[in-house]
Amino acid sequence: MASRQGAALDRKKLLGDPIMVTTIVVLIAFLTLFILYPLAILLVDSVYGQETGLTLSVFQRIFAMKNFRTAITNTLKVGLTVGILSTVVGLLFAYVEVYVKVRTKFMGGLFQVVSMLPVVSPPFVLSLSMIMLFGKAGIITRYLLHIYDNSVYGFGGITVVQTLTFFPVCYMMLKGLLKNIDPSLEEAARDMGASRFKVFTSVTLPLILPGLGNAFLVTFIESIADFANPMIIGGSYDTLATTIYLQITGAYDKQGAAAMAVVLLSITLVMYLVQKYVLEKKTAATLTGKASRARMLIEDRSVTTPLTVLCSLIALFVIMMYICVPFGALFKTWGYDFHLTTKWFVRVFEKYKGLKAFKDSFVLSLIAAPITALLSMIISYLVVKRDFKAKGFIEFVSMLAMAVPGTVLGIGYIRGFVKGVFGTGFLAGLYGSAAILIIVFVIRSLPTGTRSGISALRQIDKSIEESAYDMGANSFKVFMTVTLPLIKDSFLSGLVTAFVRSITAISAIILLVTPEFLLITVQINEFAEKGSYGVACAFATILIAITYGSVLLMNLFIKFFGTSRKFKEDN
Amino acid sequence: MAKEKKGVRLEHISKIYKDPKTGKDFYAVKDADLEITPGSFVTLLGPSGCGKTTTLRMIAGFESPDEGEIYLGGEPINALTPNKRDTAMVFQSYALLPHYNIFDNVAYGLKLRKLDKATIKEKVTNILKLVGLEGMEARMTNQLSGGQQQRVALARALVLEPGVLLFDEPLSNLDAKLRVSMRTEIRRIQQEAGITAIYVTHDQSEAMALSDQIIIMEKGVVAQIGTPQEIYYHPASEFVADFIGEANFLRGTLTGKTGDSGVVNVEGSPVNVVGVQEIEAGKNCTLVLRPESALLADKGQLPCKVIVSCFMGSYQNYHVMVGSTLVKITDFNPKNKKIYQVGDTAWVDFEKENVHVL
Repeated sequence: MASRQGAALDRKKLLGDPIMVTTIVVLIAFLTLFILYPLAILLVDSVYGQETGLTLSVFQRIFAMKNFRTAITNTLKVGLTVGILSTVVGLLFAYVEVYVKVRTKFMGGLFQVVSMLPVVSPPFVLSLSMIMLFGKAGIITRYLLHIYDNSVYGFGGITVVQTLTFFPVCYMMLKGLLKNIDPSLEEAARDMGASRFKVFTSVTLPLILPGLGNAFLVTFIESIADFANPMIIGGSYDTLATTIYLQITGAYDKQGAAAMAVVLLSITLVMYLVQKYVLEKKTAATLTGKASRARMLIEDRSVTTPLTVLCSLIALFVIMMYICVPFGALFKTWGYDFHLTTKWFVRVFEKYKGLKAFKDSFVLSLIAAPITALLSMIISYLVVKRDFKAKGFIEFVSMLAMAVPGTVLGIGYIRGFVKGVFGTGFLAGLYGSAAILIIVFVIRSLPTGTRSGISALRQIDKSIEESAYDMGANSFKVFMTVTLPLIKDSFLSGLVTAFVRSITAISAIILLVTPEFLLITVQINEFAEKGSYGVACAFATILIAITYGSVLLMNLFIKFFGTSRKFKEDN
Repeated sequence: MAKEKKGVRLEHISKIYKDPKTGKDFYAVKDADLEITPGSFVTLLGPSGCGKTTTLRMIAGFESPDEGEIYLGGEPINALTPNKRDTAMVFQSYALLPHYNIFDNVAYGLKLRKLDKATIKEKVTNILKLVGLEGMEARMTNQLSGGQQQRVALARALVLEPGVLLFDEPLSNLDAKLRVSMRTEIRRIQQEAGITAIYVTHDQSEAMALSDQIIIMEKGVVAQIGTPQEIYYHPASEFVADFIGEANFLRGTLTGKTGDSGVVNVEGSPVNVVGVQEIEAGKNCTLVLRPESALLADKGQLPCKVIVSCFMGSYQNYHVMVGSTLVKITDFNPKNKKIYQVGDTAWVDFEKENVHVL
């Protein structure tokens, strides 16, 4: 084909838009510096030493360590089990919600609580309550069942806790898929003589199979990246995330920890790539149809009763575990003395600088949240609405953060920034500052925000922005006067999600926080490890109150000030 | 109303896309060379995928041409972004800003041009009057009917007094009746505003009703440019003839010719024709015969057999076989005429001036 001036003209048009160009350049620099660079430095670190030169000896060394090999097996075992269990439980919940006629309002409420839990809950709350309910001094084991030597630590504990933590994610994913199945497909199968069970196994299940795989992998990644739960309830059962943490904080072996981090990262990265590029596409390919009309819900009591009872039991169990936390903070001595007391709360504030911890966590998260929300909206806008060369890079890297376990990122930041970028002293002041904590918060929440921003923007007709552009608005004006107002709700919920995720974050933060800052999550972890469950629970209770409160506040705000509802109905 | 009517010139414009399935490059628009005179109403007409919308979007600036240069009012505009071009577009989906009311939608572009409040108010009020929406300033866009939304979209573009107004299938989301009344409206407003308009559609009757000039496109290439009459009566190709209105194609051989007239042998019968200046004697050619230009009679040019005879109210619809060729005939106002039945033999009758030779 003849000379192509189109691409050159597009570039010229882009360059004629200085705000766009600046935004793109700053974004690329930010993503490279705070996602790619720390990961790259880990890789370099693990194969290159100043004296040894290029070598694989570090890997040889860590693979020779028995506890590291065990950690790999443990991690994969837990990941696999939790992945399968969460997917199954998630599917159960999704199926009941979409297919089964639920008779009571109460059930509907349960479902809503379950879907909100992963948003508001700090990561290790379930571990805490697991120990308090089923541990040696557990109310259920010790007082109801009179078992005095029950051990919740180890594989079983981690698996139960992680499954209960992650299945709501699967539930939300699968619910969306099931809703997209055209009911007439299943009606056709019924019509041709298939039983309900046969319809499920021969139509519904094959249709959502890629989606199930997707949910499994997402949970798998979350499980093996999880740091807090294995830390608290793992006991001597170490996973990769905790082993890496101990390697750097205990053995002070930075190179070894870097190499281990590379191993963990490789596992999550492979899973992530399979999930994103194979399964997600397949899911989209099999389920493109919109439901033609409402589904006839299953009313047959022999189906509905067992399913709803099962769901209710699981949901109630989860809720009981959450309720256990505030009580843990109110009883004098858990498991022995059930008199109500405020001493743990008093102690939190008087002895353990609770106020400072809450202030630090709160302020840092409050700064990180708007940055994250705005950044993810800008990225979504660029990805969905604009066309330029570096777009693929921006999308890939910002979503990549999803596949990077917090511990790995933490080690990467330590290796990458303690002596400045590439050891040159450039940005050396960053390490140990509040800024690096905020940046970690931003990076950790960016994928979630970007993902919801992208899906919100895809709903909006491209020509609405084009029309504004056509009437004379530049990119910045279009973004501010059209895009942002139209995705106000998504922006708001992104804001709150980022805040909640930040204030409950621990895995990367625990490696980077300096004594100057007290963070609630780090405090909870510390006291839980020490066995001071009263204090840990008091901290956790206030944290849950904060997160739950901000979500409630957001919902109220959207209800009364969200504009989108007014015009959504029509479009 | 327009500050200045502007002409548009496309100089050998091409746009190349990659086929997402095969990964191969193809021309979405190939070597389009067009001149649109100031103040005229020009339609880009063609089936979907013919490149008409791509052409329009290149003029608006949303796409960049891979070859050639676009001029607006004599100025090359290839490197200008859409917001810097003196064009305003009416979108197929209207693309009204859903978070603004009617007034703010129409005022959006004026505010960007930093006009003072009083001027903006005056202009918006005037333009809403022109499109028949006075008093609706405070309504939100979702409180309007499709036709009203269409008017807002038009007002919003017109109020900017652009050098050229672009329409991207603006009526395709309206129901049939409204479509007809809106197109009359659009033509009236364009005439009143005296503005250059380029209009994309796949609806040939819309193109006929609106245009000074029609540009027919086929697979990225301009197939014919002309007034509605030229295109209807003198189509340049079978594609054009078939796309605009209905057409019968009768294959034959030019057996004799004197100057502009000649005789074409169709299915064994000689047919007198005119307009064969450029066809050599002895060569194959195709006669284009519009269904309404022919009648069934007991005596005529071509013998035929009736295979469909159907009363349609305002006309009788015939399908007849001339040898092995199917010919459709519409006989208007059939009340007092002889109606041929299926199986009858008859003759297809037409004036030689009503046949166009390709």
